[in-house]
Amino acid sequence: MKILLRNPRREVEFDGPLQVDVILRRLAIDRETVLVIIDGTLVPGDALVGADAVVEVRPVISGGTG
Amino acid sequence: MKCTVCRGPAVIDIRRHNAYFCPEHFLRLCRDQVAKAIADFAMFELGDRVLVAVSGGKDSLAVWDILVELGYNADGFIIGLGIGDYSAASTQHARAYAAARDLTLLEVDLPTRYGYDIPAGAKAARRTPCSACGLSKRHLFDKAAIDGDYDVVVTGHNLDDEAAVLLGNVLHWHTEYLGRQSPVLPARAGFPKKVKPLVRLGEREMAAYCVLRGIDYIVEECPMADGNRHLHYKDALNAIEARSPGAKFDFYHRYLMNVAAAFRVDEADDVLGSCERCGASCSNEICAFCRLVERATTPQPVALGPRRRRGPHATHDRSIVEEHSP
Repeated sequence: MKILLRNPRREVEFDGPLQVDVILRRLAIDRETVLVIIDGTLVPGDALVGADAVVEVRPVISGGTG
Repeated sequence: MKCTVCRGPAVIDIRRHNAYFCPEHFLRLCRDQVAKAIADFAMFELGDRVLVAVSGGKDSLAVWDILVELGYNADGFIIGLGIGDYSAASTQHARAYAAARDLTLLEVDLPTRYGYDIPAGAKAARRTPCSACGLSKRHLFDKAAIDGDYDVVVTGHNLDDEAAVLLGNVLHWHTEYLGRQSPVLPARAGFPKKVKPLVRLGEREMAAYCVLRGIDYIVEECPMADGNRHLHYKDALNAIEARSPGAKFDFYHRYLMNVAAAFRVDEADDVLGSCERCGASCSNEICAFCRLVERATTPQPVALGPRRRRGPHATHDRSIVEEHSP
């Protein structure tokens, strides 16, 4: 599967299938600081991601105050 | 995961509520939380003219969307900050959102209207970019609200933003800032009422709201925000929240409930003059915004004199080496 990360933009690949929470643990990302999106849809932590999926890990923390 | 409300498939969990939500019930939760904040803090009423300070990011577009969904009469206002491609892209997101929903978006472009952009303005005024940006935004949002006869200015500050600011103010005991930290700043001479309806919702919830509503916001972080101290405070609070879900909400809302009154200063009777240049209320002859514009648009004198060389071959360094050589 292909994982798209932001700030800075980069891509990593993992063999699948994998649970979303496992993907985030491997990336050392706190799941409270991101959304996981597949095909424009939010995916919960216990969802199983297929080997061919394209997964966006979108950060939600912004530096501004507003 | 199943939705705590309907047992349908959930798409998001909110740890501080120990609950999971399907899209329908998550969106309802967001609207209910905003409605509760508006009511609890007497922010505004149906029929009031609301001006939303829009950045093109998730929070401002989400709050605008929720207010329209709740039936409020809300227009948007965006400032072109001149931060390279980032500002152009931000404005495009806001325009696209407004156009798709037939909403009114007012615009001011700093470089075109005032002759400076945030990077150059910050450098000329010797402020941090966030400081120059905040000063410019506050002045222009106030001006837009007063000129447009709006009843209230809405900003997209969320629970994470407010908790991070509170942590910074407490760590440094900035009591004056603590006194002003509130979801509602009442109107006073020359200043519109300002409110923050997202104080019961975190930024992850706002991002999720946008995804579920199909709102295309700018995801990239402002390039000038790197090193912003509020990011450090958010990191610290998120580390605490991971171990203690709900701590962030309690920290901020219990401050408002139990402590804020002790720091509050009544500014309603403050006697302010008017800026000689723009007429805005201020305590000096010229307001901070006009001073920023002046510094940013006036060529700065360059000091002339003998050129100094730096580094290991500089004259001064060499003389020291020679003096101590055997």
